[in-house]
Amino acid sequence: MGKITLRNVQKRFGEAVVIPSLDLDIEDGEFVVFVGPSGCGKSTLLRLIAGLEDVSDGQILIDGRNATEMPPAKRGLAMVFQSYALYPHMTVRKNIAFPLKMAKMDRAEIDRRVDNAARVLNLTNYLDRRPGQLSGGQRQRVAIGRAIVREPAAFLFDEPLSNLDAALRVNMRLEITELHQSLKTTMIYVTHDQVEAMTMADKIVVLNAGRIEQVGSPLTLYRSPANLFVAGFIGSPKMNLIAGPEAASRGATTIGIRPEHLDISRDGGEWPGEVGVSEHLGSDTFLHVHVKGMPTLTVRAGGEFGVHHGDRVWLTPQPDKIHRFGPDGRAI
Amino acid sequence: MATQHSKTAARLMISPAVILLFLWMIVPLSMTLYFSFLRYNLLMPGMESFTGWDNYYYFLTDPAFAAALTNTLLLVGGVLLITIVGGTALALLLDQPMWGQGIVRILVIAPFFIMPTVSALVWKNMFMNPVNGMFAHIARALGMQPFDFLAHAPLASIIGIVAWQWLPFATLILLTALQSLDREQMEAAEMDGASPVARFVYITLPHLTRAITVVVLIQTIFLLGVFAEILVTTNGGPGTASTNITYLVYAQSLLNYDVGGGSAGGIVAVILANIVAIFLMRMIGKNLDA
Amino acid sequence: MSRRITARRTLIVTLAAWTVGFLIFFPILWTVLISFKSEGDAIKAPFAMLMSDWTFASYEQVQTRSNYSRHFMNSVVISLGSTLVALAIAIPAAWAMAFVPGKRTKDVLMWMLSTKMMPAVGVLIPLYLLFRDLGLLDTRTGLVIVLTLINLPIVIWMLYTYFKEIPGEILEAARMDGATLRSEILYILTPMAVPGIASTLLLNVILAWNEAFWTLQLTTSRAAPLTQFIASYSSPEGLFYAKLSAASTMAIAPILILGWFSQKQLVRGLTFGAVK
Repeated sequence: MGKITLRNVQKRFGEAVVIPSLDLDIEDGEFVVFVGPSGCGKSTLLRLIAGLEDVSDGQILIDGRNATEMPPAKRGLAMVFQSYALYPHMTVRKNIAFPLKMAKMDRAEIDRRVDNAARVLNLTNYLDRRPGQLSGGQRQRVAIGRAIVREPAAFLFDEPLSNLDAALRVNMRLEITELHQSLKTTMIYVTHDQVEAMTMADKIVVLNAGRIEQVGSPLTLYRSPANLFVAGFIGSPKMNLIAGPEAASRGATTIGIRPEHLDISRDGGEWPGEVGVSEHLGSDTFLHVHVKGMPTLTVRAGGEFGVHHGDRVWLTPQPDKIHRFGPDGRAI
Repeated sequence: MATQHSKTAARLMISPAVILLFLWMIVPLSMTLYFSFLRYNLLMPGMESFTGWDNYYYFLTDPAFAAALTNTLLLVGGVLLITIVGGTALALLLDQPMWGQGIVRILVIAPFFIMPTVSALVWKNMFMNPVNGMFAHIARALGMQPFDFLAHAPLASIIGIVAWQWLPFATLILLTALQSLDREQMEAAEMDGASPVARFVYITLPHLTRAITVVVLIQTIFLLGVFAEILVTTNGGPGTASTNITYLVYAQSLLNYDVGGGSAGGIVAVILANIVAIFLMRMIGKNLDA
Repeated sequence: MSRRITARRTLIVTLAAWTVGFLIFFPILWTVLISFKSEGDAIKAPFAMLMSDWTFASYEQVQTRSNYSRHFMNSVVISLGSTLVALAIAIPAAWAMAFVPGKRTKDVLMWMLSTKMMPAVGVLIPLYLLFRDLGLLDTRTGLVIVLTLINLPIVIWMLYTYFKEIPGEILEAARMDGATLRSEILYILTPMAVPGIASTLLLNVILAWNEAFWTLQLTTSRAAPLTQFIASYSSPEGLFYAKLSAASTMAIAPILILGWFSQKQLVRGLTFGAVK
């Protein structure tokens, strides 16, 4: 079981309020991603759940029990740190076995679990090495191994992939997602990378300045962002945000249109513009188009779209994909 | 993660060190200060009396003080100059690719581990002795008159001995600093057309500034207190030719038994050292933030 | 740059470095060589000296006549004793400052360092008088006390910089893994701190071994360590090169070997972590 509930949780460091007041429900077995720009309080929130920081006010319930005052060890949670935090003086085997040893489990059971975890994570051949002799990806796996042997109520991940190179990151992303599907344990995952959030999460929590901007499934956030912040944060390339008369004519202060929802044509359309930089990815082409009275618009065209710098094009937004935001930044 | 409980425990853990160091600093120092205002000679016990600033007056106006101050400055300055210039050159040399670098490092660092009395006596007898020393043998082999270093150039000789002891320290620190120099920065400068000399002046030297400052300040602290080398080679002489402040205070108090005068000298030494210390503390404090 | 030029350059650098290294090391080497000569041969011209017979006689004489072993034991007891006492006081203090830093931790550290800046002569007289009155002059206990105090700031600083390097996340990981404070210290902190403590010990033993102000001022014979013992050779009438060399060799050999092991730590230790 791994149902985690935050009730009116607050965190202050001295005078500085990091998390004003926050409520959140995490269901058992859910993969929840906390995402937001750096300094938004997402790591602090994770550490509050872990028990590594004291809550200033409010309650944390784990499976209905009040865990607010519990020390981290008693909460039954496992954490994978950004730096992996492996014990440098212990072999891989001892690293993974450490939490079990602390739980005073008997040797045979420890060995069974460690071997099992090593098999799942492809670490069997490295069990006698020290962390210093492993590659980044292997260290990451050891950190995960140390977490899974405990069979915790929930896993906490603190930006676990940020120290890996791009190719490895994609691999580990898949491995963690697969792990979640086979273990079906609650996972809370902190990242600043919205691609990770979109690809891995059952539920995304978008945080900004310690406040929850929106909670929802990746597609909910993509389809109907609750406000300008979420609209700008989720989606790659970023949503085009247009203020001014064009927005006013649609009854909004700001309108947003994603690059993939702008149709482009060489012959005619709603907004005439001039092509600036075009980025050819092969599968897609991203065009940066200058339209009079608007910021530079990003357009995503499928496949190869042969235009050059300075070419004249017309853009037409798909009418049902236009997001409208009021003066307070909230979606209308 | 600091809870109230752990804070209290931490305070308890620190207090023995703090209390001991506090006592160590305050008790003897205030006694010195007190003695410095007394007429107090160990040969005349029970005759102590208050004399105000007299001890300071006599100590500061004694020609020996001016000589000792000059000698101290020359000693510190001379050794610093030799060790910094020599140390930088050596560090640059040792930083090059070569065979047996580890062994050369071991050879170069060795003098630092030699106790001061040993190195002073080795130099005094085996090398500088005008009859049997190696320099005398070499001079005679070349048909020259052997030179009595410690009699005719006592301060310079001591500077040489002390510099030999501290050269390894400077070298080692500067070498460590050199090795942390970003190779790409060097390559970028090379691509930009900087000559080796220009690279040294514009890249290496600025990078070494911090290490050089550290060497200067730490060596100064130790060099102000040079004692054993003088005691076993020249006893401060001839006359006061190789007496530094530390030695002067020692001579005044434990050879002449003049506690009052010696104490005044001690306070003067503390003040001089503090002027240096202020700079050192500032710099280390800055590095603590980094 | 072609390989030929690189190889030639390396050769030149190697020759230069070895020459300089040899010259710097030469006085030590020479002392060791003389120590294996007879007194008569020791004062001969360098070449004749080298060609003369080798002998252990000086070592035997130093050992039997001047009670070398007592001074050696004094040095061992004083340097090791003062280091261990300093460590016992410093480990908790450095520990607390590194892992439970408060607002004033930095000030306390700086203040501790500032006590090291105090010149020894400034407190020579009161300490001499105090020791005389307390009967501590020329005792090992007295020297252990003084050397503990003068090296305490360095010990605390070195340990502090080592403890500081143990990443907080690792301690948090241990806490998440269910480690109690006891097992956290036992299984995680101590194994990670041992190398730092060991190098602090090493460097401090070296510093205490070679300390030559207080050891010369506060001892005469009974508790005199090797620094004082060697200094007794300075009297002009006692010019026995071979014996002086043998005694010197024995005084510096152990610490030279320890020192070579501690090169790296020496830099950070003596610069209070400012240069690593």
